[in-house]
Amino acid sequence: MEHKSLEETLREHPFLEGFKPEHIRKMAEMALEVQFGRDQIIFREGQESGLFFLILSGKVALEISAPGRILRVQTLGPGEELGWSSVLGEGGKHFQARSLETVRALAFEGARLRQACEQDPSFGYALMRQLLKVVAERLQATRLQLLDLYAPRAAKLI
Amino acid sequence: MSEVAQATLTMTRARVLAVEKETHDTFTLTVASADPDPLPPFEPGQFSMLYVFGVGELPISISGDPGEPERQVYTIRSVGQATHTLVSQRPGNMIGVRGPFGTSWPVKAARGKDVLIVAGGIGLAPLRPVIYHVLRHRDDYVRLLVLYGARSPRDLLYRRQLAEWGRAPDTQVLVTVDYGGLSWRGHVGVVTTLFRQVRLHPSETVAFICGPEIMMRYVVRQLEARGLAPEDIYISMERNMKCGVGFCGHCQLGPYFVCKDGPVFSYRQMQPWMDTHEL
Repeated sequence: MEHKSLEETLREHPFLEGFKPEHIRKMAEMALEVQFGRDQIIFREGQESGLFFLILSGKVALEISAPGRILRVQTLGPGEELGWSSVLGEGGKHFQARSLETVRALAFEGARLRQACEQDPSFGYALMRQLLKVVAERLQATRLQLLDLYAPRAAKLI
Repeated sequence: MSEVAQATLTMTRARVLAVEKETHDTFTLTVASADPDPLPPFEPGQFSMLYVFGVGELPISISGDPGEPERQVYTIRSVGQATHTLVSQRPGNMIGVRGPFGTSWPVKAARGKDVLIVAGGIGLAPLRPVIYHVLRHRDDYVRLLVLYGARSPRDLLYRRQLAEWGRAPDTQVLVTVDYGGLSWRGHVGVVTTLFRQVRLHPSETVAFICGPEIMMRYVVRQLEARGLAPEDIYISMERNMKCGVGFCGHCQLGPYFVCKDGPVFSYRQMQPWMDTHEL
């Protein structure tokens, strides 16, 4: 990993901003570096994938299958997270994830993360707080998407 | 008649030189004066009143290069009868032009700093003159960051230029669409999601934002969360402009007339009015 230790890599990832060194160390112990080739399905909608990813490079598309077509609803890139629902451990994936280019990421087993949260509530609080931020950002972005802000209206300047 | 009065009240006859289709509903008109005097120079962010003979007059932002004022460029979305007639013009046709009107993006105040442009939809049009200006005076500015969001890939304006600008030195151009099909391999998500891909130096950045008002509100929140001061954030407001000189009152927003005191305001000025319910 470009001569960087997992801990160094994690320290630089925006998701872990503000994490205590011992929490980053704990994450590093659970991390596994993974790579996906272009156009690879990382997980499918509804699939019981238990992995949570921190993206290091490349781009991932989140897609929903509709009859006769696939809608691409969001893309995620370096510094972002993928598969947050696996940390909750309930139900299958909400979207299909596809790599649009070669993707490097750190993968974490959701079950192990949950176990670590239960064993160390201080770590659990830090992780859940970050996850909640991610979910809140995504919810906000989804609401803005639903507003269809750029739809044509009459009588506009510009 | 003073120069100001002449620009605001008298109309210049302008000949349409070119009409370029940008998207399925948006076109760019290039015009030049058909009168002995050329069209007056403009500052980035200003607008003109374009008169379609027999149809009516419309406020349209100038989207061309301020370094080439003799040919003025307007990007127009066809949303009603008047705009449809305007974009249906053919080269050689005559229209009327009054202006330029309104305040401009303070490009001089941004010298020595990073220029951050955040545009949504057709909001890129009034910001394109800023991009031309920065690229023409490249040594006066540090980085040029352009974040642009549109509804879908087919709604993206100036696609060829976006790619060109992205190749310029110290320039980062990030484009996103709200919804993408499988053939779109770029970013998908609202324009605010692009902020995670840029590193801002808040005290060294001036931001210019144009797009739907709701979008601008959320962009401002992102910028404030990243440490930008309200006086370093500029927005272009959109109201129902008619006269262009603050007489008719159609575009009043709080104590301001958008056509005369705007359309470009600092967020410091607009802050109390943007959050006022039903204003």
